[in-house]
Amino acid sequence: MLTADDLRARVGELLAAHPPGSTDRLEFLRARFDAGLAWVHYPEGLGGLDAPRELQNVVDAELAEAGAPDNDPRRIGIGLGMAAPTILRFGTAEQHNRYLRPLWTGEEVWCQLFSEPGAGSDLAALGTRAVRDGDHWVVTGQKVWTSVAHIARFGILVTRTDPDVPKHQGMTYFICDMTAPGVEVRPLRQLTGEAEFNEVFLSGVRIPDTNRLGAVGEGWRVAQTTLMNERVAIGGTAMPREGGLIGMVARTWRDRPELRTPELHDQLLKLWVEAEAARLAGQRLRQQLAVGAPGPEGSAMKLAFARLQQALTGLEIELSGEDGLRYDDWSLRRPEKVDMLGRGPGYRYLRAKGNSIEGGTSEVLRNIIAERVLGLPSEPRVDKDVAWKDLPR
Amino acid sequence: MSDLLYSEVEEDLRASVRSLLTDQAGFSTVLARTESAEPYDLKLWRTLAADLGLAGLAVPESLGGQGASYREVAVVLEELGRSVAPVPFLGSAVLATAALLAAGDAELLPRLAGGELIGALAVPLTTIPGAAFPSGVRANSEGALSGAVRTVADASVADVLIVPAVGPDGPGLYAVEKTGVTVAEALSLDSTRRLADVALDNASSRLLAGPEQAEAALRQALTAGAGLLASEQVGIAQWCLDETVAYLKQRYQFGRPVGSFQALKHRLADLYLEILSARATARYAADALASGIEDVPVAVAVAQSTCSAVALHAAEEAVQLHGGIGMTWEHPAHLYLKRAKSDELALGTPGRHRAALAGLANLPPA
Repeated sequence: MLTADDLRARVGELLAAHPPGSTDRLEFLRARFDAGLAWVHYPEGLGGLDAPRELQNVVDAELAEAGAPDNDPRRIGIGLGMAAPTILRFGTAEQHNRYLRPLWTGEEVWCQLFSEPGAGSDLAALGTRAVRDGDHWVVTGQKVWTSVAHIARFGILVTRTDPDVPKHQGMTYFICDMTAPGVEVRPLRQLTGEAEFNEVFLSGVRIPDTNRLGAVGEGWRVAQTTLMNERVAIGGTAMPREGGLIGMVARTWRDRPELRTPELHDQLLKLWVEAEAARLAGQRLRQQLAVGAPGPEGSAMKLAFARLQQALTGLEIELSGEDGLRYDDWSLRRPEKVDMLGRGPGYRYLRAKGNSIEGGTSEVLRNIIAERVLGLPSEPRVDKDVAWKDLPR
Repeated sequence: MSDLLYSEVEEDLRASVRSLLTDQAGFSTVLARTESAEPYDLKLWRTLAADLGLAGLAVPESLGGQGASYREVAVVLEELGRSVAPVPFLGSAVLATAALLAAGDAELLPRLAGGELIGALAVPLTTIPGAAFPSGVRANSEGALSGAVRTVADASVADVLIVPAVGPDGPGLYAVEKTGVTVAEALSLDSTRRLADVALDNASSRLLAGPEQAEAALRQALTAGAGLLASEQVGIAQWCLDETVAYLKQRYQFGRPVGSFQALKHRLADLYLEILSARATARYAADALASGIEDVPVAVAVAQSTCSAVALHAAEEAVQLHGGIGMTWEHPAHLYLKRAKSDELALGTPGRHRAALAGLANLPPA
């Protein structure tokens, strides 16, 4: 098993062979991938070294200290956090070799084609049809809430391949080429004014069967891997005390004594404690992850994060005095990533409303915790044995 | 970085304490004892303190202890919280022992650590770390103490009291044995933790810490107590959650287990999440106390303000979600509710700990 010192040595070799100061960014990232220092817990030859996951921190710290460029992980979060683990687990060797390297370097951005207008929390009800045509599939339907679809090269796509069986059984998972004919991406403007997400219309898109991930009809099981990793990715980064929004609110409190009231002080202290507790819980979860696999606890952290962000952004507006009445920009922007800290309090307040909806609503997450962690019985499932095509809609 | 998990040794310790408590401190035994002439189970206490050596876990071996740390003490407290076992662990093995450790006493410490003597720290259980040094007891130039202290945890069974008192030279910590001491048992809201009012009338004493040391020693003892109490609160909360989940799985109404209704499931999911956070804060406080890092006061205040509220919420949910049976004397839930509510006040309320954080984290009031 590789140790932290082994990895430091390999980072040293990488830096010696490709000095960041005089190496093109992309060239450096490719070399880093090839050296197995991209994600050390991945297999050798696929950007990793089969090393313990927690040793990635050692690599990242060494590289950051040397001033090496990173792969802008927030821009390619869906690829890194969701597509990659799914491709790794269910993909063929050809798929591993074709997709993982440009995914990690950010040369190819990935998006997630899951939600549909008629399938939100009940994702398994989705109706985008894929019909087999020789060694291809022909896909028709509509996806929604697709971040970065407008800059994405590929999408991970769940489709309905058999409408005659109950909803969980008839799905199949594909890699969709976003430049293929029949793929149309339209901005979806949200309450912040910007269009961070898209609607994706798929009209007779031809996908080769070699782009399938997992067996025909196994799409739901494949999607579970994606979603479990999504919730680990959310709330999954280490941060110092007062990291994130609480730090911003605390600074405002310190800098603007004229805005302070006893009632806001009570709220601030409660949220400061809550943020610190959530930070410690995240730290504890990562310590658990370092010795095991992602579990449903990630759902709990996501729930905590959403509640905290919403409360903090609400408090921040109250703390802003008359500036709380203003907004920074209503124009239809097309951001590549959410910039919570770079925008104004009004934006943060509005955008945080999405935190309890995206990636599983807080209500669905509570069901997951109650059923999968606490083992409570599920609500009666009236659609369990009904063929998908016969579901009321 | 602090280790917020439990080590294998800690898990083994938990298993042996839990097995003992399951055997010796089952609910019906504990309940029956609350109305008996002997509300504390001193036989169980001797097993825990002397036979298992748990009274001296954090005491160095050179002073008759086990040479472990506050991390292990915290694990014991989780289990004691989980069973609301009627033993003077908080008063003797935590508060009095921490005070003796802070005062550097080598005489009483081995006897408390070995379970030979029971100690109590003579302050009201509501005292928050960093509170003004108590002035209710005076020491004269011969070291005789006079005065009164209300609502002292575990004084009812204590062989020795650690008394903060103000003498001619200033504050001091004194050890007092029985002579000249009246201990009047109070009827406590928490039937599994005994409280007493202590009166001292020219009680002879031995000085443990003089004016240079006494305030810091008292603060350290209360800080350790508050930080470790958080683990007891986690134990209470976890019991309440586990018990309620189990009940909602087997209780049927409207033809289905009531635990299948989302309205109830969501409340338990929220509780699970609260306990997840509370446990992280309690582990951090225990680890900080064990390693003595500079961040101890923040760690303790965060843990107390979090875990007090979570334990109480868990106990209140347990009573409510059990429905009628949760309101009865015969069901254990009430003992946890009483403990959780009392613990909320013990060693500083959540609000007071947050007020302390205002200073510690530079978040000044309006």
